[in-house]
Amino acid sequence: MSRQTETLLMNALIIVVALLTVFPLVWMLSVSFMTPGDAAVFPPPLWPKNATFENYVELFARGGMGRYVFNSFLISTCATLLALTFNVTAGYAFAKMRFFGRDAVFGILLGALIIPAQVGMMPLFLMLKSMGVINTYAGALVPWIASVFGIFLVRQFALSIPDEMIEAARVDGASEFRIFRSIVMPVLQPVLVTVALFTFLTSWNDFMWPLIVLTGEQNYTLPVALAALSREHVQDNEMMMAGAVVTTIPVLLLFLVLQRFYIQGMLSGSVKG
Amino acid sequence: MKRSATGWLFAGPAVLAIAVFFFIPAAAALFLSLTDFDIYALADIRNLRFVGLRNYIELLQLPLFWLALGNTLYFVFVGVPLSLAASLGAAMLINSKLVRFKPLYRTIFFAPFVMTLVAAAVVWRYLLHTRYGMVNYGLQGIGLQPIDWLGDPAWAMPSIILFAIWKTFGYNMIIFLAGLQSIPEDLYEAARIDGASRWQQFRHVTLPGLTPVLLLTGVLTMAQYFQLFAEPYVMTQGGPAQRTVTVLYFMYEQGFKWWNLGSASAVAFVLFVFMFIFTVLQFAVARPPRGRA
Repeated sequence: MSRQTETLLMNALIIVVALLTVFPLVWMLSVSFMTPGDAAVFPPPLWPKNATFENYVELFARGGMGRYVFNSFLISTCATLLALTFNVTAGYAFAKMRFFGRDAVFGILLGALIIPAQVGMMPLFLMLKSMGVINTYAGALVPWIASVFGIFLVRQFALSIPDEMIEAARVDGASEFRIFRSIVMPVLQPVLVTVALFTFLTSWNDFMWPLIVLTGEQNYTLPVALAALSREHVQDNEMMMAGAVVTTIPVLLLFLVLQRFYIQGMLSGSVKG
Repeated sequence: MKRSATGWLFAGPAVLAIAVFFFIPAAAALFLSLTDFDIYALADIRNLRFVGLRNYIELLQLPLFWLALGNTLYFVFVGVPLSLAASLGAAMLINSKLVRFKPLYRTIFFAPFVMTLVAAAVVWRYLLHTRYGMVNYGLQGIGLQPIDWLGDPAWAMPSIILFAIWKTFGYNMIIFLAGLQSIPEDLYEAARIDGASRWQQFRHVTLPGLTPVLLLTGVLTMAQYFQLFAEPYVMTQGGPAQRTVTVLYFMYEQGFKWWNLGSASAVAFVLFVFMFIFTVLQFAVARPPRGRA
């Protein structure tokens, strides 16, 4: 096989794979603009005959979508802020500070990664019930306060800060908080973006915990609401596609803009770790 | 001493949060699994009784639990190898020197992974629709019979596997891509000089170079695939004929539909034990026996 035919074949192959991969996304978008009922024909239409926003209007006006968008944004934003506060201080401490039991505690935290989150869900539900936070935003936020993975990411990054830099500041009489704020935080900036992005995306996409803890419709996040809607409206394909678009577009866009940080974090978390 | 206190001041809040909301519930689940916690105990804790291993024994006698376990193992043992193969194939395509626009393809292949799982499942339920679905349209286009993807007990789990591969292959692809790029070009050069075919190069240079990465992705993907829940919840509701009821789906229904939280905790522990055993097995298989290099 000549190099030219090979180049042609390889490029053709990757284009086909890429088209197949992206097709469900494009079709979701396309069907979401079709008039209700138009997508339930054979052969399935590729593009809307008369593009309309009807499905979106219906979702927001009568489906309560605005409420779910608000819930999702609020919960994911708070989750991100919590994760930043808790994981970044802890990750830095595990990398650069000496304290009693540091290595043992870090080892135990890493060991926890083998336990699937669902194991503790039943007792956690009962615990939150006794605290009265079932069906509240606080209940939905509990798993996101701190995460082993987040601490680990920050620690890996903070290890690269030269000790001399911190030591010099100590000699100059700077307090630990001052050092953290003025020296460490600026250096950690890229990993802050990574932690924020991971937390926002995973908490946005999360399904099982919000399904369990958010028992009232008014508190549903987008995935929980979409799952409930799709069980009710099995036949309304166009409206369901619009719901899928509303649910997934914010995170897709966020990823497209910040993918460099996402992929860097992913690789430092799994390959080097 | 003072420095130790500052260290704990920084690390303490996160450690405390993880202890209270993860370690304590996980440990409490073990206790809960030994009780008959049900809807009556939920109403009044005085109805709670310690029952020893009864939940576990009852589970093992329940056909639906075995079916759920079988369905989950089917998903894991068919899905994980196929998904790793898809990831590796995609990584090798992108890594090829002949291919252009690599960053664009990388983004496209990764996009399904970032998509909200529930939204993607809703889209795929429509793609796989027996009458109006694009997949069956494609099948008929190449002269095949349409398939009742999510309605036929034999096809429901394969459909979910297909969906899961599409959804997740981009993640491992990125990791494989990094692994491929770390294999020195000289090795391929040397293999070519020795007259190695494409397949031989793949078999004797690429695969050995990727072994640590393959082990890592294998372990992580398997752990993830064991936790199958949202896909059947949205696409099939466990049907048809309960062929897509997974262990977690079963746990969810036991715990949060019927409020048998004791029994649900036992299910969670059985799942954990299975995941643990298969993780250890993977490490044991991947590590070459002593004596041989």
